[in-house]
Amino acid sequence: MTNPTLAAGAVERHLRAQRDTGRGLLMPYVTGGITPGWTDCLRAFADAGADAIEVGLPFSDPTLDGVTIQQASDLALARGASTRRILDDLSGLPDLGVPLVASTYYNLVLHDGPEAFCAALRRAGVTGLIVPDLPVHEADELTGAAADAGIEPALLASPATPQPRLAEIARHSRGFVYAVSLMGTTGERAALAASAAELTGRIRRVTDLPVLLGFGISTPDQAREARRHADGVVVGAAVMRRVLDGAGPDDLRVFLTTLRQALDQECDLPR
Amino acid sequence: MRDVLPWREPAPPDGTMGEPGARGRFGEYGGRYAPESLVEACREVGEAFREAWADPGFRGALARLLAVHAGRPTPLTPALRLSEELGVRLHLKREDLTHTGSHKINNVLGQALLATRMGRRRLIAETGAGQHGVATATAAALLGLEATVFMGERDIERQALNVFRMRMLGAEVIPVTSGSRTLKDATSEAMRAWVGATGDSHYCIGSVIGPDPYPWMVREFQRVIGDEARAQCAAELRTGVPDHVVACVGGGSNAAGTFAGFADTPARLVGVEAEGGAGAARGRLGVLHGCRSLFLQNGDGQITQAHSIAPGLDYPGVGPEHAHLRDLGRARYVTVTDDEAVAAAVRLARTEGILPALESAHALAWVIRAAGGGELPAGSTVLMTLSGRGDKDVAALKELL
Repeated sequence: MTNPTLAAGAVERHLRAQRDTGRGLLMPYVTGGITPGWTDCLRAFADAGADAIEVGLPFSDPTLDGVTIQQASDLALARGASTRRILDDLSGLPDLGVPLVASTYYNLVLHDGPEAFCAALRRAGVTGLIVPDLPVHEADELTGAAADAGIEPALLASPATPQPRLAEIARHSRGFVYAVSLMGTTGERAALAASAAELTGRIRRVTDLPVLLGFGISTPDQAREARRHADGVVVGAAVMRRVLDGAGPDDLRVFLTTLRQALDQECDLPR
Repeated sequence: MRDVLPWREPAPPDGTMGEPGARGRFGEYGGRYAPESLVEACREVGEAFREAWADPGFRGALARLLAVHAGRPTPLTPALRLSEELGVRLHLKREDLTHTGSHKINNVLGQALLATRMGRRRLIAETGAGQHGVATATAAALLGLEATVFMGERDIERQALNVFRMRMLGAEVIPVTSGSRTLKDATSEAMRAWVGATGDSHYCIGSVIGPDPYPWMVREFQRVIGDEARAQCAAELRTGVPDHVVACVGGGSNAAGTFAGFADTPARLVGVEAEGGAGAARGRLGVLHGCRSLFLQNGDGQITQAHSIAPGLDYPGVGPEHAHLRDLGRARYVTVTDDEAVAAAVRLARTEGILPALESAHALAWVIRAAGGGELPAGSTVLMTLSGRGDKDVAALKELL
C-alpha cells in the first residue's frame, strides 16, 4: 500500500531504490563531534556500503540511550560539540552519495525552533531526522516545519505500540519507519529480540515504507537475522563502542563491511 | 474521613489548576514527550488514574492510608514569635510532621495504591536527597510491593543515611554513574529502567514533572495539602483566606498541591526557587523527561546542572503547570540564595522550635525578605507550606554553622 499523499524525499527515494534492487539496507550511526576527525567516519561508512548515515547531535540527557551512546554523547559534548558545530562540519563535506539522517532529542530541535532547526539541517546537506522523544501525537509542530524545509522526519515504532497507532505512525513517518526491536534502550545485545519479528510484521501490514530495525543489532549474525524481517538495520552502539575503544575510520570500515556482507548474503534468500 | 480530608472537585472559574487540557497541556506546557516504548504505559497510567480518582472506594482507601499511616491531617501552626518579629501573621502548614518527614508521602501513597490497582508488583523511582526514595520504599513496604530507587552516585555519598533507610525498608538502591550523577541523571535512568519493565512496574515520579498524566496526577495527590490548609485557614484566620500562599519549588510538587487549594481564591501565590535552580524564574522553553516546560539550558540547548544547598531543589527545570501559572501571572516565582535559606532555617529553629528542611527554608527566606522589604505589608496573613523536616540537613548545616 503506497501513501499517495507522501512526496518522497531523498531519504525515502534512496532507500526504496536500494531496497528494490533486493539489497538489505544498512544505516550506521556516529555521534557528531566525537573525535577531531569524526567526519572521516562518514566516508568510511559510505565506502563500506551504507545506504544512509545517521549522525547523532549529542544531548546532555539522552533518556532513551544505553550506556555506550551516553558515553559517546558526554565525550562529544566535553569536546565542545554542538548542533551548530556539527552541522558546520557536515557543510564542508563532499557528497557521499548516501543521505544523511540527523538524530537528536527534541530539546535541541525546540531550542531555536523547529523551522530554524530544519533549515539548518537542510543547509548542512542533511535530509532525514530521528527524534526519539517525539512520539507521533506530539509531532505536528515538527512535521510541518520539516516538510517546508525538505526534511523527512522518521518516526519510531515500538513493540508496545498498538496496531491502530502503528498505522498512524506509518502515515506520519517520512523516509522510513524506525522499528525499535525491543523494550529497552539502545545498546549491544547478545541476540536479536523476539519482539523484532512480530513488530516488523505488524508494520508491514500498514505501510510499504522501508522499515529499518534498530536497538541492539551488533553482529553480522544479528544483521542477517534482522534482514529476514526488516528492510534493513540501524547499527549505533556497536559502532560507537568501537570508537570509544579507539577504533578509527579504517577499523569501522572493516566492521561495517562484515555487516554489509551479512546483509548481502541474506538477500540471496527468498523473502 | 471526608470531613478530615475535604476533597473538593477543582472547578476554579478561570480554569486554572483544574484538569489539564487536550493532550495533557497546561497552556503550552506539559504533554507526553515520551519515547514510543513508554507512550502506551503512560496512557495506561492516565486511564487508571482517571478511573481511580473518580472512584470513592479508591479515594476512601487513600484517605485512610494518609490518616492512619502518614498521620494526616497535618496541623496549621501559627508561628507566633516569628510573626511578631516580622510584623506579619505567618501560619505554617506542617508537612514536616507527616510520616517519613515530608510531603513526598502524599504522592507516593497515591501512586503505590494506584500501582496495586493496576496489578503492578514493583515501584521504580528516582531520588535526589532521598526523601522521595524513602517515601517510595515506605509505601512499597506498606503495600507489599518491590521498590527500585535510582540515585546519583554523588547524592549517595552526600545522603548515606537515607540510602541506608531505603535499604532497611527493603528497597533496592541503584547508583547512577552517568552525567552529573545527581537527580536529573537518576530521573533519566529511572525512565530507562521503566522502558524495559512496563509490564510489571509502575514508575513513581516524585514531582509534578514527567509525561502526562504525571504532572496532573502528582498535583492531585498533593492537593490534600492545599485542601486541608484552605479549610484550616477558613477556620482559624479572621480573613478566611490568607493574603499570600508561599511554598518552595524544585520540580514543584508541594507548591502545586498547596496552590491547588487556593487557585480560586484572591490569595497571591508565590513559588520560591533556589538561586541556582530557578527553572520557573530563569528557565527556557524545552523538553526534558517527558514534558514541555522551562529548563535551565546553555546557549547550545544542553541542560545545565542546578546547584542548591537544598538537594530537593537541585532540579534544572520546573513542572509544566508552574510554567503555565507563571505565564498567566496567577503565581509568581522568586529566588533566594543558599545563605538566605540557611539563615531562615536557623531563625525558625530559634523562634519556633522547628528545624525545617533546607528546601522549606527557601520559602521562609522569601517571607522574611518580603516582610522586611515591605512587599508583605504589616499585618498581612501568610500561609507557608513547611514541606519537610530538617533532620536530613543537620550534617550539612553542621559543616556551615
